[in-house]
Amino acid sequence: MPKIRFILHNGKEHIVEGDVGTSAMQTAIDNAVPGIIGDCGGNASCATCHGYVDPSWLDKLEPINEAEAAMLDGAMRVEANSRLTCQIKLSEELDGIVIRLPISQV
Amino acid sequence: MAVAIVGAGQAGLQVAATLRELGYAGNVVLVGDEPHAPYQRPPLSKGYLLGEVSATQVSLRPPAFFEKQRIQLVTGKRAVAIDRTRRALSLDDDSVVEYDHLVLATGARNRPLVVPGAALRNVCFLRTLDEAQALRLQLAAAKNLVVIGAGFIGLELAAAAQKLGVCTTVLDIATRPMARAVSTSMSSIMAREHAQLGVRMRLQTHVLRLRGEGGCVSAVETVDGEVLPADLVVIGIGVVPNVELAASCELAIEDGIVVDELLQTSDPNISAIGDVAAHPNPYAHSQRIRLESVQNAADQARCVAHRLLGRPTAYHAVPWFWSHQGSLMLQMAGLPGVGCSEVVRGDQLTASCSVFLFREDRLVCVESLNRPADHMLARRLLANHADVTPQQAADPSFDLKSLASAPSQAAAE
Repeated sequence: MPKIRFILHNGKEHIVEGDVGTSAMQTAIDNAVPGIIGDCGGNASCATCHGYVDPSWLDKLEPINEAEAAMLDGAMRVEANSRLTCQIKLSEELDGIVIRLPISQV
Repeated sequence: MAVAIVGAGQAGLQVAATLRELGYAGNVVLVGDEPHAPYQRPPLSKGYLLGEVSATQVSLRPPAFFEKQRIQLVTGKRAVAIDRTRRALSLDDDSVVEYDHLVLATGARNRPLVVPGAALRNVCFLRTLDEAQALRLQLAAAKNLVVIGAGFIGLELAAAAQKLGVCTTVLDIATRPMARAVSTSMSSIMAREHAQLGVRMRLQTHVLRLRGEGGCVSAVETVDGEVLPADLVVIGIGVVPNVELAASCELAIEDGIVVDELLQTSDPNISAIGDVAAHPNPYAHSQRIRLESVQNAADQARCVAHRLLGRPTAYHAVPWFWSHQGSLMLQMAGLPGVGCSEVVRGDQLTASCSVFLFREDRLVCVESLNRPADHMLARRLLANHADVTPQQAADPSFDLKSLASAPSQAAAE
């Protein structure tokens, strides 16, 4: 199972495993990683699963679709490597991906 | 300390999860009367019906979560009595759960339609996973669906059924779809879009009776005398809050369970959250209202969990809501209320626009159709009580972002 390394804003790390095909958001929630909310259940409707993907992993991700881009456009503390983690589907290729979390999702 | 939670929906689960996230080490018991572990309801009227989302995928947490987080999940059991003096909750299997604090997240149930024929086969509701499972099978065999109630659930279902090739008619007593929830501008845009999907709409009418053949529904007869053939009828006319448990131990009730701005009931050892909580909402002039939404359930849960761990704050989250109807993505922020003026931003004809609602020249609500960036911005504008004028909202060249004072401005630029 691919592993994700979540790094909280305070520097604390959570390394968690998820099934292939599961989203990074769901994997975080399932493993009680704080700092990710994901209230809309992965519909790119709430933008409370915002994370900063380590730049070395960005080109391995599916490109940002229109809905995600629009939600990110209105979200807070957006950077060039911002993604909604509900739109990142785990694959073997993403094993070890590093995602930093913002100080707050709202 | 022990926290007991009645209701294992989005709100109840979130209290348990947030307590653990904040480091709470005491006992947590989560009691639900459905046979399933906590699951998401929103996909049940959308992706689940279309077969895009499975029953496993709607679950809110995997079984291992409850074990690892030491959350005692009790499913398939109903809480029947509260002894407030002894701080004890009785379940319908005669077991007793003692608590130091009790959270009532009992939610709501379907409002029944009281007409002749309502008990016929193939007359259904859509609220629980079991109901959705049954409906998914029935839709596969249905030719003519009549949906009673043009609210969010009814229209989400109509869009899904139409996509599945079922001829769908939606009937409502109001003059326009989603009349209680959205502006007249948004209603008329959505009515047009549903017509384009092929959904038929019958407004300002109601059901006289349901006709049956061999115990199964065969048609819906309206008070105007129209007979709509139907081999499947779904009733979506709203919900009734589950207040009976709270009422039986004499907590204050007023539509829902009455709580203060901290979401505490008339008993300081009991809180109420989610669909059932009649709470003073700052976006409704601090009047007591109930909100039936995921946002409200989850935010109220977090508010209570923080209070129980010594961080009390008044509940003040910006209400927001979403409803995906086919390819139409409707998102709302704020609360509309009555007597609002409406300003449309964007293009109504291409179904990409937002309706800004003003009361006494103050922005109170924004409804966005296929404009998620507007929705996100609206949440910030409302949270910051930004001074937006109707002229600015109507002017597509005016950058509303410039009014949302937020850290992202500095960070992003």
